[in-house]
Amino acid sequence: MELLREKWTGKVREVTIGATHEHGGTRARSVTVGGETGLPFLHFEGETPNRPSIALEVWDIAPEEWPEVLREPYADVLSDPAAWARKCAGEYGADLVMLRLASCDPDRGNTGAAEAQAVVRSVLSAVDVPLIIIGCGDPDRDNEVMPAVGEAAAGENCLMGIAKQENYKSLVATCVVNGHNIIAQSPLDINIAKQLNILITEMGLAPDKIIIDPMSGALGYGIEYCYSIMERVRLGSLQGDKMLAMPVITFVGQEAWRAKEAREPDDAVPEWGPQRARGVAWELMTATTLLQAGADILVVRHPEAAKALREHIDELVTSGEGVA
Amino acid sequence: MILIGERINGLFRDVGRAIAERNPEPIHALAIAQARAGAHFLDVNTGPAVDDPEKVMGWLVRTAQEVVDTAISIDTMNVKALEAGLAAHRGRALINSTTGERAKLDTILPLAKEYGAQVIGLAMNEKGVPKDANDRTAIAMEIVAAADEYGIGPQDLFIDPLILPVAVAQEHAPEVLETLRQVRLLADPPPSTLVGLSNVSQKSKNRSLVNRTFLSMAMACGLDAAILDVTDQDLMDVVATANILLNREVYCDSYLEVARRAHAG
Repeated sequence: MELLREKWTGKVREVTIGATHEHGGTRARSVTVGGETGLPFLHFEGETPNRPSIALEVWDIAPEEWPEVLREPYADVLSDPAAWARKCAGEYGADLVMLRLASCDPDRGNTGAAEAQAVVRSVLSAVDVPLIIIGCGDPDRDNEVMPAVGEAAAGENCLMGIAKQENYKSLVATCVVNGHNIIAQSPLDINIAKQLNILITEMGLAPDKIIIDPMSGALGYGIEYCYSIMERVRLGSLQGDKMLAMPVITFVGQEAWRAKEAREPDDAVPEWGPQRARGVAWELMTATTLLQAGADILVVRHPEAAKALREHIDELVTSGEGVA
Repeated sequence: MILIGERINGLFRDVGRAIAERNPEPIHALAIAQARAGAHFLDVNTGPAVDDPEKVMGWLVRTAQEVVDTAISIDTMNVKALEAGLAAHRGRALINSTTGERAKLDTILPLAKEYGAQVIGLAMNEKGVPKDANDRTAIAMEIVAAADEYGIGPQDLFIDPLILPVAVAQEHAPEVLETLRQVRLLADPPPSTLVGLSNVSQKSKNRSLVNRTFLSMAMACGLDAAILDVTDQDLMDVVATANILLNREVYCDSYLEVARRAHAG
């Protein structure tokens, strides 16, 4: 049977995160994502020059709301972000570490720029993988903290977040000045995704320094709609829309561990089975679905989900071998 | 949309004077301005009033390509001038044009093959410009078949259904639009379609408005390319907006700024 092949003219931009010594940073290696010339894993139509990357999430304050089954693999390091990061990059083999500066939240630790800088410095010296750093989500606090964080990590070519259409300028400025990449988030809206990329580039950050966060839900929580938005981002890239041709990040763990199916304890709904296996499975199924939709960076939480996801990606990236 | 800049034409007074004086500067300026405005090709026409069209065409092509890498649409009915232009050209030229007359096809198509050029085929023959869409499409089909005989595929062929001035021959516009639809069904892949846009507004008032309106109508009928004034910002804004309305590009609030920025080089 002859395969009908689609011929695309465009490609997803490549974005490199992390700077090694020869590029002015202190990372042992950098991570490059994007560069696809076809739909996800259709090896007969296009290339996937860079395999999707896995980031594990580290908080700068013990995450009280994480269920016990998720806290358990990090039990000894939950109050030490540097040790936590070391565990993710070492024992659990993360391609990237994502540091969430949750303690800055006025309703949580209410810490400020100085504390955030100290945490970032300690994590940078604890691990040599590239870093993703995101704020607490409070716009005013993030605008105060993130510029200081960007400066503390200057030259490390981190991925910083999260820029939104209503609040992007100070984060873009710090990325431009300190040489970082940016996460541009849009609320499941392809038009805003494109618009925000344009606004960011108008401030002088190069298009190949932008990663799109189209926002995603967990399995069972509107993931089909996320899938269709991500598919349109990829199709836009392949059709030559340069202001959509950025790689995509998805916060898988954040969404999956919010789902009832991952949070309910063992005895809540007995026929659902034990929470540990269930939660990991929920995170993994969410991740593999978003992978098929075109995710380039998947931020996960449970190390077992990360491990299984890595094996799954191994199979996907080699599945084209032997197919002409 | 493939955009072909129309300004290097001896009919324009500044170009006519530059040709007469062999002054390269106005040609350079027009080539740069049109390339920056987003032209994929620059149409080059000596105008009717030159003594030595061969030499002038060679000079115009060379002069334009001294300052830009843009390919040239060599616009002449004079075969010798066409050959001179092709010989002077760097890269892949566009021949503007052949008609559907057999003798003409047998002259132009071998040249296209020899120089690896693309060709514009006008939907007319020795009887002139057809009145309706069906006759235009029939000639287009003959051009596609003749090109195929010479080993030139539809991907290297542009069919121009010939739009006439609305102030003179109003009944042609709907026929041209219908031809644009029909030509897409001629082959798989189909040849591209093209119009010489400014012709539609010859002798009319509100020329720019007539051009803009017809362009958006033609794009809706599948038009692939146009010879037009790429430095007309209002016209270029229509191209950008039609690309959005035809769902060829994703809408965003700044789409126009992005299109303009891309064209600002």
